[in-house]
Amino acid sequence: MAQATKKPIRWHIAVFLAPAVLIYTAIMIIPLFSTLQLAMYSDVENSQVYVGLQNFRALFGDPQWSDQFWNALKNNTWFFIVHMIVQNPIGILLAALLSSPRLRMRSFYRTAIFIPTILSFVIAGFAWKLILSPLWGVAPNLLDMVGLKSLFQPWLGKEAYALTTLALISVWQFVGIPMMLIYAALLSIPDELLEAAECDGITGMSQFWKVKLPLILPAIGIISILTFVGNFNAFDLIYATQGALAGPDFSTDILGTFMFRTFFGFQLQLGDPNLGAAIATAMFVIILIGVSIYLFGIQRRLRRYQF
Amino acid sequence: MSMARHSPARSIAAHAVLATYTIIALFPVFVIVINAFKSRKAIFRTPLELPNAESFSLVGFETVLKQGDFLLYFQNSFIVTVVSLFMVLLFGAMAAFALAEYRFKGNSLMGLYLALGIMIPIRLGTVAILQMMAASGLVNTLTSLILVYTAQGLPLAVFILSEFMRQVSDDLKNAGRIDGLSEYRIFFRLVLPLVRPAMATVAVFTMIPIWNDLWFPLILAPAEETKTITLGAQVFIGQFVTNWNAVLAALSLAILPVLILYLIFSRQLIRGITSGAVK
Repeated sequence: MAQATKKPIRWHIAVFLAPAVLIYTAIMIIPLFSTLQLAMYSDVENSQVYVGLQNFRALFGDPQWSDQFWNALKNNTWFFIVHMIVQNPIGILLAALLSSPRLRMRSFYRTAIFIPTILSFVIAGFAWKLILSPLWGVAPNLLDMVGLKSLFQPWLGKEAYALTTLALISVWQFVGIPMMLIYAALLSIPDELLEAAECDGITGMSQFWKVKLPLILPAIGIISILTFVGNFNAFDLIYATQGALAGPDFSTDILGTFMFRTFFGFQLQLGDPNLGAAIATAMFVIILIGVSIYLFGIQRRLRRYQF
Repeated sequence: MSMARHSPARSIAAHAVLATYTIIALFPVFVIVINAFKSRKAIFRTPLELPNAESFSLVGFETVLKQGDFLLYFQNSFIVTVVSLFMVLLFGAMAAFALAEYRFKGNSLMGLYLALGIMIPIRLGTVAILQMMAASGLVNTLTSLILVYTAQGLPLAVFILSEFMRQVSDDLKNAGRIDGLSEYRIFFRLVLPLVRPAMATVAVFTMIPIWNDLWFPLILAPAEETKTITLGAQVFIGQFVTNWNAVLAALSLAILPVLILYLIFSRQLIRGITSGAVK
């Protein structure tokens, strides 16, 4: 690899590449593939035996596992949908407002709205858990102030609301990222283009829809795929607020928490690394499908404009 | 810019929306921090008031500092974050330089290989990583966390840094070569100082997920002496659910250092994000 046809071996290229490639291969790529391989084995009388796709058959078909798997997948999909329909529109709105010309206190808003994003899931999860707690009463008091106290529910404790509430907490935490990336994309639109639009009488809202939005579509695409990968890989928030059992009654269970429980075991059930690896493989395939749809289906069709 | 795009009514509306969202973003943090400094009675009676002479109390912080070894957790997080960050920046910059500077067979393939890790999360390999760490006796050591976070941070670091290194002028490097500098010296003396702003951006992006991670500390290093601050806070809060003073104080202790660091570096961070990484 570090060989050129005429010159002697250029060792420095190998030296520059070696540390990164070695660590990355040893800690990331090899474990990733041995996890995929592990999913094909099973523990029979304390020795690993090749069982082909049996773990996957159990995962998708055996009611002991498949109920939990499909439940986790369904919840995870809803978790993602909430992000897409709440987080990204809010992010775009905030970015559009932030990029409006001659806005005062711009950097204050930018800095403040990004603060939740730098906090850990544990902090964000617990802070909201306390605020929404009926014991403390901050949330009911606030609703009382606007005369809506009757709307209050212990949202995190009710099966019907818990998952959506957690997704909204996650949106609260991460809205800063789409806001910043779209803000950056909006800033890179040249002024001449907007002035040309104004000469044609396109201003305000219609300018946003007809001129700016098509130009920031690639940024929205990147955000969507980042959200997808992040959501189907999520774990921390649910674990920190609801524990490994993802209560109430598994209503907030997503693939990350399901994998953790299966791998390590919980309560009376023993951990099963092979089945845990099978769930990781399923997540791998889901993420790969999502990324491929984006790379080959969406990204190529997005028109890019050069200024 | 013309006035057509600017009217007072629109500007007021923009401020109203932004201010409302700023309140939503800051309110939970604000409520947690002010209540951490209040007595138990005041926490429940007047949760939305600032602590005053009557309600002021540090009893929560006293419990936290007595019960949890937060200083040790903090130190662990600090060591893990700083060492991983150093390795990501050094090794990432070296690999990025090789990819950006030299033409060799397999260059773009190598770039693609290293970029894979941006899209595929390292967590999916957890089962095998734990087995590997157990086999090499690294479970419950900070080394295991450092290795994992270095591998996790490298793909994005290489990707961003090689973009920036392509912009460093060839004339400068060639002048160095004519003066007899070795390739290593050109990298360390000429190129690294020039990409410092990009390094700062990568540093911030690498640091936040490492500092906040719960998954790997929970799985690879859950022992008391290797707990990071995120895991420590999680376990502590789980044990003290009914002691509201202690829980609020622990949360504040976890929030404040990150918040202070962020306020110091926010300009750098925002410049980094908006410097065309999306284009």
